[in-house]
Amino acid sequence: MTGVRVLVGTRKGAFVLTADGARRDWQVSGPHFAGWEIYHVAGSPADPNRLYASQTSGWFGQVVQRSDDGGLTWEPQPGTFSYEGEVGPHQWYDGTPRPWAFTRVWHFEPTPDDPDTVYAGVEDAALFRTTDGGVSWQELPALRQHRTGPDWAPGAGGMCLHTIILDPKQTGRMFAAISAAGVFRSDDAGASWRPINRGLHSEGIPDQQAEVGHCVHHVEQHPDRPEVLYMQKHWDVMRSDDAGESWTEISGNLPTDFGFPIAVHAHQPETVYVLPITSDSNHVVMDGKLRVYRSRSGGHEWEPLTRGLPQQNCYVNVLRDAMAVDSLEECGLYFGTTGGQVYASADAGDSWSPIVRDLPAVLSVEVQTLS
Amino acid sequence: MIRVILPAHLKDLAHVHGEVELQVDGPVTQRSVLDALEAQLPVLIGRVRDHSTQQRRGFVRYYACQEDLSHEPPDDPLPAEVASGREPFLIVGSMAGG
Repeated sequence: MTGVRVLVGTRKGAFVLTADGARRDWQVSGPHFAGWEIYHVAGSPADPNRLYASQTSGWFGQVVQRSDDGGLTWEPQPGTFSYEGEVGPHQWYDGTPRPWAFTRVWHFEPTPDDPDTVYAGVEDAALFRTTDGGVSWQELPALRQHRTGPDWAPGAGGMCLHTIILDPKQTGRMFAAISAAGVFRSDDAGASWRPINRGLHSEGIPDQQAEVGHCVHHVEQHPDRPEVLYMQKHWDVMRSDDAGESWTEISGNLPTDFGFPIAVHAHQPETVYVLPITSDSNHVVMDGKLRVYRSRSGGHEWEPLTRGLPQQNCYVNVLRDAMAVDSLEECGLYFGTTGGQVYASADAGDSWSPIVRDLPAVLSVEVQTLS
Repeated sequence: MIRVILPAHLKDLAHVHGEVELQVDGPVTQRSVLDALEAQLPVLIGRVRDHSTQQRRGFVRYYACQEDLSHEPPDDPLPAEVASGREPFLIVGSMAGG
Protein backbone atom coordinates (compact mmCIF):
# COMPACT_ATOMS: atom_id res chain seq x y z
CA MET A 1 0.00 0.00 0.00
CA THR A 2 1.35 3.42 -0.83
CA GLY A 3 1.35 6.32 1.54
CA VAL A 4 3.11 9.48 2.58
CA ARG A 5 5.01 10.60 5.64
CA VAL A 6 5.25 14.37 6.15
CA LEU A 7 8.16 15.49 8.32
CA VAL A 8 7.54 18.81 10.02
CA GLY A 9 10.10 20.87 11.89
CA THR A 10 8.76 23.62 14.16
CA ARG A 11 9.96 26.16 16.70
CA LYS A 12 9.02 23.78 19.49
CA GLY A 13 9.57 20.27 18.25
CA ALA A 14 9.13 17.87 15.33
CA PHE A 15 5.95 16.24 14.10
CA VAL A 16 5.44 13.25 11.81
CA LEU A 17 2.20 13.17 9.83
CA THR A 18 1.24 10.00 7.98
CA ALA A 19 -1.54 8.99 5.62
CA ASP A 20 -2.27 6.42 2.98
CA GLY A 21 -2.23 7.26 -0.70
CA ALA A 22 -5.61 8.95 -0.56
CA ARG A 23 -4.10 11.57 1.76
CA ARG A 24 -7.39 12.29 3.52
CA ASP A 25 -7.01 10.71 6.96
CA TRP A 26 -3.91 11.67 8.88
CA GLN A 27 -2.16 10.38 11.96
CA VAL A 28 -0.12 12.93 13.88
CA SER A 29 2.91 11.93 15.95
CA GLY A 30 4.70 14.43 18.16
CA PRO A 31 6.00 16.63 19.43
CA HIS A 32 9.35 14.93 19.23
CA PHE A 33 12.09 16.91 21.05
CA ALA A 34 9.46 19.18 22.57
CA GLY A 35 10.61 22.72 23.20
CA TRP A 36 13.62 22.55 20.87
CA GLU A 37 13.80 24.27 17.50
CA ILE A 38 13.75 21.68 14.74
CA TYR A 39 15.13 23.34 11.64
CA HIS A 40 14.82 20.36 9.33
CA VAL A 41 13.81 16.70 9.24
CA ALA A 42 14.77 14.67 6.19
CA GLY A 43 14.43 11.03 5.14
CA SER A 44 16.85 8.91 3.17
CA PRO A 45 15.78 7.93 -0.35
CA ALA A 46 17.85 4.77 0.09
CA ASP A 47 16.07 3.75 3.31
CA PRO A 48 12.85 5.64 4.06
CA ASN A 49 12.95 4.58 7.69
CA ARG A 50 16.23 6.45 8.16
CA LEU A 51 15.46 10.01 9.24
CA TYR A 52 17.68 12.87 10.36
CA ALA A 53 16.50 15.80 12.46
CA SER A 54 18.32 19.04 13.19
CA GLN A 55 17.55 19.78 16.85
CA THR A 56 18.93 23.13 17.90
CA SER A 57 18.83 25.58 20.77
CA GLY A 58 20.30 28.97 21.50
CA TRP A 59 21.07 27.64 24.98
CA PHE A 60 22.36 24.14 24.39
CA GLY A 61 23.59 24.06 20.79
CA GLN A 62 23.17 21.57 17.99
CA VAL A 63 22.03 17.97 18.25
CA VAL A 64 21.59 15.67 15.27
CA GLN A 65 18.92 13.08 15.95
CA ARG A 66 18.62 9.92 13.88
CA SER A 67 15.75 7.49 13.55
CA ASP A 68 16.04 4.05 12.01
CA ASP A 69 12.35 3.23 12.27
CA GLY A 70 10.56 6.04 10.48
CA GLY A 71 10.41 8.37 13.46
CA LEU A 72 9.08 6.01 16.13
CA THR A 73 12.32 6.23 18.10
CA TRP A 74 15.31 8.55 17.86
CA GLU A 75 18.92 8.53 18.98
CA PRO A 76 21.16 11.59 19.27
CA GLN A 77 24.34 11.18 17.27
CA PRO A 78 27.75 12.19 18.60
CA GLY A 79 29.07 13.97 15.51
CA THR A 80 30.08 17.63 15.81
CA PHE A 81 30.62 20.37 13.25
CA SER A 82 34.12 21.85 13.15
CA TYR A 83 35.39 23.96 10.29
CA GLU A 84 38.47 22.63 8.52
CA GLY A 85 41.71 24.54 8.77
CA GLU A 86 42.13 28.18 9.57
CA VAL A 87 38.81 29.94 9.95
CA GLY A 88 38.91 33.26 8.20
CA PRO A 89 36.43 36.10 8.41
CA HIS A 90 33.24 36.92 6.55
CA GLN A 91 31.43 40.25 6.72
CA TRP A 92 29.21 40.97 9.67
CA TYR A 93 26.03 43.05 9.33
CA ASP A 94 27.97 46.26 9.93
CA GLY A 95 30.60 45.43 7.33
CA THR A 96 33.29 44.45 9.80
CA PRO A 97 35.12 41.14 9.46
CA ARG A 98 33.90 38.35 11.74
CA PRO A 99 35.27 34.81 12.06
CA TRP A 100 33.09 31.96 10.86
CA ALA A 101 31.26 30.40 13.81
CA PHE A 102 29.00 27.34 13.69
CA THR A 103 25.47 27.93 14.94
CA ARG A 104 23.12 25.26 13.59
CA VAL A 105 22.21 22.89 10.78
CA TRP A 106 19.62 24.39 8.44
CA HIS A 107 19.26 21.57 5.94
CA PHE A 108 20.06 17.88 5.49
CA GLU A 109 20.39 16.37 2.04
CA PRO A 110 20.56 12.57 2.28
CA THR A 111 22.20 10.92 -0.72
CA PRO A 112 20.15 8.69 -3.02
CA ASP A 113 22.09 5.45 -2.53
CA ASP A 114 23.45 5.35 1.00
CA PRO A 115 21.42 6.11 4.14
CA ASP A 116 24.62 6.79 6.07
CA THR A 117 25.86 9.48 3.69
CA VAL A 118 24.22 12.85 4.17
CA TYR A 119 25.18 16.43 3.39
CA ALA A 120 24.40 19.21 5.84
CA GLY A 121 24.13 22.93 5.16
CA VAL A 122 24.96 24.99 8.21
CA GLU A 123 25.13 28.50 9.63
CA ASP A 124 27.70 30.14 9.36
CA ALA A 125 27.59 28.99 5.77
CA ALA A 126 29.46 25.77 5.11
CA LEU A 127 28.86 22.31 3.72
CA PHE A 128 29.44 19.19 5.80
CA ARG A 129 29.08 15.49 5.06
CA THR A 130 28.74 12.36 7.14
CA THR A 131 29.41 8.89 5.77
CA ASP A 132 28.60 7.08 8.99
CA GLY A 133 25.06 8.15 9.75
CA GLY A 134 25.94 11.18 11.85
CA VAL A 135 28.59 9.61 14.07
CA SER A 136 31.04 12.11 12.59
CA TRP A 137 30.87 15.05 10.19
CA GLN A 138 33.58 16.46 7.92
CA GLU A 139 33.51 19.82 6.22
CA LEU A 140 33.96 20.15 2.47
CA PRO A 141 35.93 23.35 3.00
CA ALA A 142 36.39 24.54 -0.59
CA LEU A 143 33.03 26.29 -0.58
CA ARG A 144 33.63 28.30 2.60
CA GLN A 145 37.17 28.99 1.47
CA HIS A 146 36.07 30.35 -1.92
CA ARG A 147 37.93 33.56 -2.75
CA THR A 148 34.67 35.51 -2.35
CA GLY A 149 34.04 34.14 1.16
CA PRO A 150 35.37 37.22 2.97
CA ASP A 151 32.70 39.26 1.13
CA TRP A 152 29.76 37.09 2.17
CA ALA A 153 27.38 38.61 4.70
CA PRO A 154 24.41 37.18 6.59
CA GLY A 155 20.81 37.76 5.68
CA ALA A 156 18.44 38.71 8.47
CA GLY A 157 18.05 35.06 9.43
CA GLY A 158 21.76 34.39 9.59
CA MET A 159 24.41 33.37 7.08
CA CYS A 160 22.96 29.99 6.28
CA LEU A 161 23.61 27.36 3.65
CA HIS A 162 19.99 26.35 3.12
CA THR A 163 19.81 24.57 -0.24
CA ILE A 164 21.79 21.53 -1.39
CA ILE A 165 21.02 19.85 -4.71
CA LEU A 166 22.82 16.68 -5.77
CA ASP A 167 22.54 16.48 -9.55
CA PRO A 168 20.90 13.16 -10.42
CA LYS A 169 22.48 12.82 -13.86
CA GLN A 170 25.90 14.46 -13.82
CA THR A 171 28.22 12.72 -11.38
CA GLY A 172 29.93 15.11 -9.02
CA ARG A 173 27.72 18.10 -9.78
CA MET A 174 26.24 19.82 -6.75
CA PHE A 175 24.51 23.11 -6.10
CA ALA A 176 24.53 25.02 -2.83
CA ALA A 177 22.72 28.26 -2.01
CA ILE A 178 23.62 30.67 0.76
CA SER A 179 21.85 33.67 2.21
CA ALA A 180 23.11 36.18 1.40
CA ALA A 181 25.89 35.09 -0.92
CA GLY A 182 24.04 33.39 -3.77
CA VAL A 183 24.22 30.07 -5.59
CA PHE A 184 27.39 28.05 -6.13
CA ARG A 185 28.07 25.01 -8.28
CA SER A 186 30.63 22.26 -8.01
CA ASP A 187 31.36 19.84 -10.84
CA ASP A 188 33.88 17.82 -8.87
CA ALA A 189 31.92 16.59 -5.85
CA GLY A 190 32.67 19.64 -3.76
CA ALA A 191 36.41 19.90 -4.34
CA SER A 192 35.94 23.32 -5.98
CA TRP A 193 33.08 25.76 -6.43
CA ARG A 194 32.16 28.79 -8.48
CA PRO A 195 29.38 31.34 -8.11
CA ILE A 196 26.54 30.97 -10.62
CA ASN A 197 24.65 34.21 -10.11
CA ARG A 198 24.80 35.78 -13.58
CA GLY A 199 21.48 37.34 -14.40
CA LEU A 200 20.40 37.96 -10.82
CA HIS A 201 19.57 41.58 -10.04
CA SER A 202 19.35 42.49 -6.38
CA GLU A 203 18.31 45.98 -5.44
CA GLY A 204 19.60 45.58 -1.91
CA ILE A 205 23.27 45.51 -2.86
CA PRO A 206 25.39 48.30 -4.34
CA ASP A 207 26.27 46.42 -7.54
CA GLN A 208 22.97 44.80 -8.43
CA GLN A 209 24.69 42.26 -10.70
CA ALA A 210 27.58 41.42 -8.40
CA GLU A 211 29.24 38.03 -8.54
CA VAL A 212 28.08 37.30 -4.97
CA GLY A 213 25.90 38.96 -2.37
CA HIS A 214 22.47 37.87 -3.61
CA CYS A 215 19.87 36.79 -1.08
CA VAL A 216 18.74 33.54 -2.65
CA HIS A 217 15.91 32.05 -0.63
CA HIS A 218 15.49 28.63 -2.21
CA VAL A 219 16.37 26.69 -5.36
CA GLU A 220 14.71 23.59 -6.81
CA GLN A 221 15.45 21.22 -9.66
CA HIS A 222 13.39 18.56 -11.40
CA PRO A 223 15.31 15.27 -11.69
CA ASP A 224 14.22 14.72 -15.30
CA ARG A 225 15.53 18.13 -16.36
CA PRO A 226 18.51 18.78 -14.12
CA GLU A 227 19.82 21.62 -16.26
CA VAL A 228 16.70 23.61 -15.31
CA LEU A 229 16.78 25.36 -11.95
CA TYR A 230 14.03 27.42 -10.36
CA MET A 231 14.81 30.03 -7.72
CA GLN A 232 12.84 32.11 -5.30
CA LYS A 233 15.10 35.06 -4.55
CA HIS A 234 14.51 37.70 -1.90
CA TRP A 235 12.66 39.55 -4.63
CA ASP A 236 12.17 37.87 -8.04
CA VAL A 237 11.36 34.35 -9.15
CA MET A 238 14.13 33.17 -11.48
CA ARG A 239 14.89 30.33 -13.85
CA SER A 240 18.05 28.90 -15.35
CA ASP A 241 18.08 26.58 -18.36
CA ASP A 242 21.82 25.99 -18.30
CA ALA A 243 22.54 24.65 -14.81
CA GLY A 244 22.96 28.10 -13.39
CA GLU A 245 25.24 29.65 -16.00
CA SER A 246 22.61 32.35 -16.48
CA TRP A 247 19.29 33.29 -14.94
CA THR A 248 16.16 34.99 -16.26
CA GLU A 249 13.26 36.37 -14.33
CA ILE A 250 9.96 34.48 -14.56
CA SER A 251 7.92 36.46 -12.02
CA GLY A 252 5.43 37.39 -14.74
CA ASN A 253 1.97 38.17 -13.37
CA LEU A 254 2.64 37.28 -9.73
CA PRO A 255 1.06 39.84 -7.38
CA THR A 256 4.40 40.09 -5.57
CA ASP A 257 7.58 38.25 -6.38
CA PHE A 258 8.92 38.26 -2.84
CA GLY A 259 8.74 34.91 -1.10
CA PHE A 260 10.66 32.04 0.39
CA PRO A 261 9.78 28.55 -0.92
CA ILE A 262 9.58 27.23 -4.47
CA ALA A 263 8.62 23.72 -5.56
CA VAL A 264 8.39 21.72 -8.78
CA HIS A 265 5.68 19.19 -9.64
CA ALA A 266 7.00 15.64 -9.30
CA HIS A 267 6.03 14.58 -12.83
CA GLN A 268 5.79 17.84 -14.76
CA PRO A 269 9.12 19.69 -14.90
CA GLU A 270 7.47 22.87 -16.19
CA THR A 271 4.90 23.06 -13.38
CA VAL A 272 6.22 25.28 -10.62
CA TYR A 273 4.76 26.53 -7.32
CA VAL A 274 5.55 29.60 -5.26
CA LEU A 275 3.90 31.23 -2.29
CA PRO A 276 4.15 35.01 -2.63
CA ILE A 277 4.72 37.11 0.47
CA THR A 278 3.84 40.79 0.66
CA SER A 279 7.34 42.25 0.85
CA ASP A 280 10.69 42.15 2.58
CA SER A 281 9.34 44.56 5.17
CA ASN A 282 6.10 42.66 5.73
CA HIS A 283 6.64 38.90 5.88
CA VAL A 284 3.00 37.82 5.59
CA VAL A 285 0.83 36.79 2.68
CA MET A 286 -0.84 39.60 0.72
CA ASP A 287 -4.24 41.03 1.56
CA GLY A 288 -4.97 38.44 4.23
CA LYS A 289 -5.21 35.70 1.58
CA LEU A 290 -3.18 32.49 1.62
CA ARG A 291 -2.54 31.72 -2.03
CA VAL A 292 -0.21 29.28 -3.72
CA TYR A 293 0.63 30.29 -7.27
CA ARG A 294 1.19 27.68 -9.97
CA SER A 295 2.75 28.05 -13.38
CA ARG A 296 2.26 25.23 -15.86
CA SER A 297 4.62 26.83 -18.34
CA GLY A 298 7.84 27.08 -16.38
CA GLY A 299 7.10 30.59 -15.17
CA HIS A 300 5.81 33.94 -16.44
CA GLU A 301 2.13 32.93 -16.31
CA TRP A 302 0.84 32.11 -12.84
CA GLU A 303 -2.57 31.13 -11.48
CA PRO A 304 -3.66 31.48 -7.86
CA LEU A 305 -4.65 28.29 -6.07
CA THR A 306 -7.08 29.16 -3.28
CA ARG A 307 -9.63 26.39 -2.86
CA GLY A 308 -9.53 25.29 0.79
CA LEU A 309 -7.08 28.00 1.83
CA PRO A 310 -8.14 30.98 3.98
CA GLN A 311 -8.98 34.00 1.84
CA GLN A 312 -9.49 36.53 4.59
CA ASN A 313 -7.81 37.51 7.85
CA CYS A 314 -4.76 35.34 7.22
CA TYR A 315 -1.37 36.85 8.01
CA VAL A 316 1.21 34.08 8.05
CA ASN A 317 4.51 33.40 6.34
CA VAL A 318 5.80 30.22 4.73
CA LEU A 319 9.55 29.71 5.15
CA ARG A 320 12.05 28.56 2.55
CA ASP A 321 12.17 24.86 3.45
CA ALA A 322 8.49 24.57 4.33
CA MET A 323 7.02 23.40 1.01
CA ALA A 324 7.40 19.93 -0.50
CA VAL A 325 5.91 17.61 -3.11
CA ASP A 326 5.28 13.88 -3.01
CA SER A 327 5.73 11.58 -6.00
CA LEU A 328 2.44 9.72 -6.01
CA GLU A 329 0.74 9.44 -9.40
CA GLU A 330 -1.42 12.46 -8.56
CA CYS A 331 1.27 14.74 -7.22
CA GLY A 332 0.65 16.00 -3.68
CA LEU A 333 1.84 19.31 -2.25
CA TYR A 334 2.40 20.29 1.35
CA PHE A 335 3.37 23.48 3.11
CA GLY A 336 3.54 24.72 6.68
CA THR A 337 3.03 28.23 7.98
CA THR A 338 4.43 30.37 10.75
CA GLY A 339 0.93 30.17 12.21
CA GLY A 340 1.33 26.43 12.74
CA GLN A 341 -0.91 25.11 9.98
CA VAL A 342 0.22 22.34 7.64
CA TYR A 343 -1.83 22.22 4.46
CA ALA A 344 -1.96 19.37 1.97
CA SER A 345 -3.21 19.07 -1.58
CA ALA A 346 -3.72 15.63 -3.12
CA ASP A 347 -4.49 17.06 -6.56
CA ALA A 348 -1.42 19.06 -7.55
CA GLY A 349 -2.64 22.19 -5.82
CA ASP A 350 -6.20 22.43 -7.14
CA SER A 351 -7.65 22.03 -3.65
CA TRP A 352 -6.25 22.13 -0.15
CA SER A 353 -7.12 21.08 3.36
CA PRO A 354 -5.28 21.41 6.64
CA ILE A 355 -3.66 18.33 8.14
CA VAL A 356 -3.12 20.19 11.43
CA ARG A 357 -3.96 23.76 12.35
CA ASP A 358 -2.30 24.59 15.63
CA LEU A 359 1.31 23.46 15.67
CA PRO A 360 4.12 25.79 16.73
CA ALA A 361 5.50 27.96 13.93
CA VAL A 362 6.58 25.67 11.10
CA LEU A 363 10.22 25.90 10.00
CA SER A 364 10.37 23.06 7.49
CA VAL A 365 8.25 20.50 5.69
CA GLU A 366 9.49 17.45 3.84
CA VAL A 367 7.51 14.53 2.50
CA GLN A 368 8.41 10.93 1.87
CA THR A 369 6.45 8.82 -0.60
CA LEU A 370 6.21 5.32 0.84
CA SER A 371 5.56 2.15 -1.08
CA MET B 1 28.23 11.77 45.89
CA ILE B 2 27.83 15.00 43.93
CA ARG B 3 24.27 15.98 43.06
CA VAL B 4 23.58 17.80 39.78
CA ILE B 5 20.27 19.26 38.65
CA LEU B 6 19.90 19.67 34.90
CA PRO B 7 17.59 22.06 33.06
CA ALA B 8 14.44 20.47 31.64
CA HIS B 9 15.66 20.32 28.02
CA LEU B 10 18.82 18.48 28.99
CA LYS B 11 16.90 16.10 31.26
CA ASP B 12 14.76 15.20 28.26
CA LEU B 13 17.77 14.83 25.99
CA ALA B 14 19.58 12.58 28.45
CA HIS B 15 16.42 10.73 29.55
CA VAL B 16 17.07 11.76 33.16
CA HIS B 17 14.42 12.05 35.84
CA GLY B 18 15.29 13.99 38.97
CA GLU B 19 18.86 14.65 39.99
CA VAL B 20 22.03 13.15 38.55
CA GLU B 21 24.43 11.65 41.05
CA LEU B 22 28.11 11.69 40.22
CA GLN B 23 31.24 10.22 41.71
CA VAL B 24 34.06 12.75 41.46
CA ASP B 25 37.57 11.71 42.39
CA GLY B 26 39.89 14.46 43.54
CA PRO B 27 39.04 18.15 43.92
CA VAL B 28 35.40 19.03 43.32
CA THR B 29 35.43 21.88 40.81
CA GLN B 30 33.21 23.01 37.95
CA ARG B 31 35.54 21.24 35.56
CA SER B 32 35.71 17.95 37.44
CA VAL B 33 31.95 17.88 37.97
CA LEU B 34 31.24 18.60 34.30
CA ASP B 35 33.87 16.08 33.18
CA ALA B 36 32.16 13.45 35.33
CA LEU B 37 28.74 14.49 34.06
CA GLU B 38 29.81 14.16 30.43
CA ALA B 39 31.50 10.82 31.13
CA GLN B 40 28.31 9.48 32.68
CA LEU B 41 25.98 11.04 30.10
CA PRO B 42 27.92 11.48 26.83
CA VAL B 43 24.88 12.96 25.10
CA LEU B 44 25.57 16.10 27.16
CA ILE B 45 29.00 16.63 25.60
CA GLY B 46 28.82 20.03 23.95
CA ARG B 47 25.47 20.95 25.50
CA VAL B 48 26.76 22.76 28.63
CA ARG B 49 30.27 23.58 27.45
CA ASP B 50 31.44 24.22 23.92
CA HIS B 51 32.81 21.07 22.26
CA SER B 52 36.19 22.47 21.38
CA THR B 53 36.88 25.38 23.73
CA GLN B 54 35.29 23.83 26.83
CA GLN B 55 33.93 27.29 27.63
CA ARG B 56 30.53 27.54 29.30
CA ARG B 57 27.83 28.22 26.73
CA GLY B 58 26.70 31.82 26.84
CA PHE B 59 23.14 31.14 28.00
CA VAL B 60 24.04 28.52 30.60
CA ARG B 61 24.55 29.36 34.27
CA TYR B 62 25.91 27.44 37.27
CA TYR B 63 24.26 27.97 40.65
CA ALA B 64 24.89 26.42 44.06
CA CYS B 65 24.12 27.40 47.64
CA GLN B 66 22.10 30.42 46.44
CA GLU B 67 25.16 31.78 44.61
CA ASP B 68 25.81 32.33 40.91
CA LEU B 69 29.11 30.55 40.27
CA SER B 70 29.01 31.00 36.50
CA HIS B 71 31.92 33.37 36.36
CA GLU B 72 34.13 31.56 38.86
CA PRO B 73 37.29 29.95 37.46
CA PRO B 74 36.51 26.37 36.38
CA ASP B 75 39.24 24.88 38.54
CA ASP B 76 38.29 26.67 41.77
CA PRO B 77 36.81 24.41 44.45
CA LEU B 78 33.03 24.32 44.58
CA PRO B 79 31.39 24.99 47.99
CA ALA B 80 31.90 22.29 50.61
CA GLU B 81 28.13 21.71 50.68
CA VAL B 82 28.27 20.67 47.01
CA ALA B 83 31.32 18.50 47.55
CA SER B 84 29.60 16.74 50.44
CA GLY B 85 26.33 16.28 48.57
CA ARG B 86 24.29 18.38 51.00
CA GLU B 87 23.55 20.91 48.25
CA PRO B 88 23.10 20.29 44.51
CA PHE B 89 25.06 21.91 41.69
CA LEU B 90 22.49 23.49 39.38
CA ILE B 91 23.00 23.86 35.64
CA VAL B 92 20.50 26.45 34.50
CA GLY B 93 19.34 27.74 31.15
CA SER B 94 19.28 31.50 31.50
CA MET B 95 15.86 33.09 31.43
CA ALA B 96 14.47 34.36 28.14
CA GLY B 97 11.03 34.86 26.74
CA GLY B 98 9.24 32.76 24.15
